[in-house]
Amino acid sequence: MSRPSSMRTPLGRVRYLGSSHSGTTDFWRQRLTAVAMTVLIVPVIVIVLMLIGRNQAGAAQILGSLPIAIILVLFIIASVWHMKIGMQIIIEDYVHNETLKLASVMANNFFCIAVALASIYAIVKLSSGV
Amino acid sequence: MTARIERPLSPHLQTYRVTLTMALSLIHRATGIALYFGTLLLAWWLIAAASGPGAYANVQAFTGNIIGKLIVFGYTWALLHHLVSGIRYFFWDLGYGFKANEREALTWGALIAGISLTVLVWIIAYTVGGGR
Repeated sequence: MSRPSSMRTPLGRVRYLGSSHSGTTDFWRQRLTAVAMTVLIVPVIVIVLMLIGRNQAGAAQILGSLPIAIILVLFIIASVWHMKIGMQIIIEDYVHNETLKLASVMANNFFCIAVALASIYAIVKLSSGV
Repeated sequence: MTARIERPLSPHLQTYRVTLTMALSLIHRATGIALYFGTLLLAWWLIAAASGPGAYANVQAFTGNIIGKLIVFGYTWALLHHLVSGIRYFFWDLGYGFKANEREALTWGALIAGISLTVLVWIIAYTVGGGR
């Protein structure tokens, strides 16, 4: 608030306007993705264990099978979404400089989107059998 | 800009006696950060598998030496600890487990389960693949 244009206090201006109904979006999505991963972790660990000791051809064959590819893509989406929210909470907790905070939140988004797209692209490529 | 009002702040962490739940809260966050950057390893591994035998051999060379093994072992623990520690938060989100003995039990349970599951996964890994 740079120039106060009225005598009303900040609290007075927002009171009785009702809930925005959006304050818990990240909280909800973090739990949603957490529950998803709690379920998906078992098949994901089994898949990783199946790949141990195999060469690239063997690994590519397993990773390219449809159910395995779908499970991995679901896990990647849930985990990257979860970690994007988690890192943003950490940034908001500890980075107090407004400019640095904005830059960090943006970098966090870029990092998570890049990791997700790269991983999903790799799985799609393996599934297409190229 | 108005002058910054110096309001009293909540005391920092070092003011408080260290408790188990506090330590595990910090570990939960720390493992979360580790897993965040650990996804680079997973992405590298998937891209290598999609790229070809040479790229995949690089990943296997990395996970085959002792430092790589330690990193993957640490990653396994961070993942499984964060998982079971996170399950505690489901209980608390639903309003259960807030009594002193309950929260201690949940927290010890998470600590022990995280380590046990990590060892179990690595035993299976060595049984199945004879080490990476």
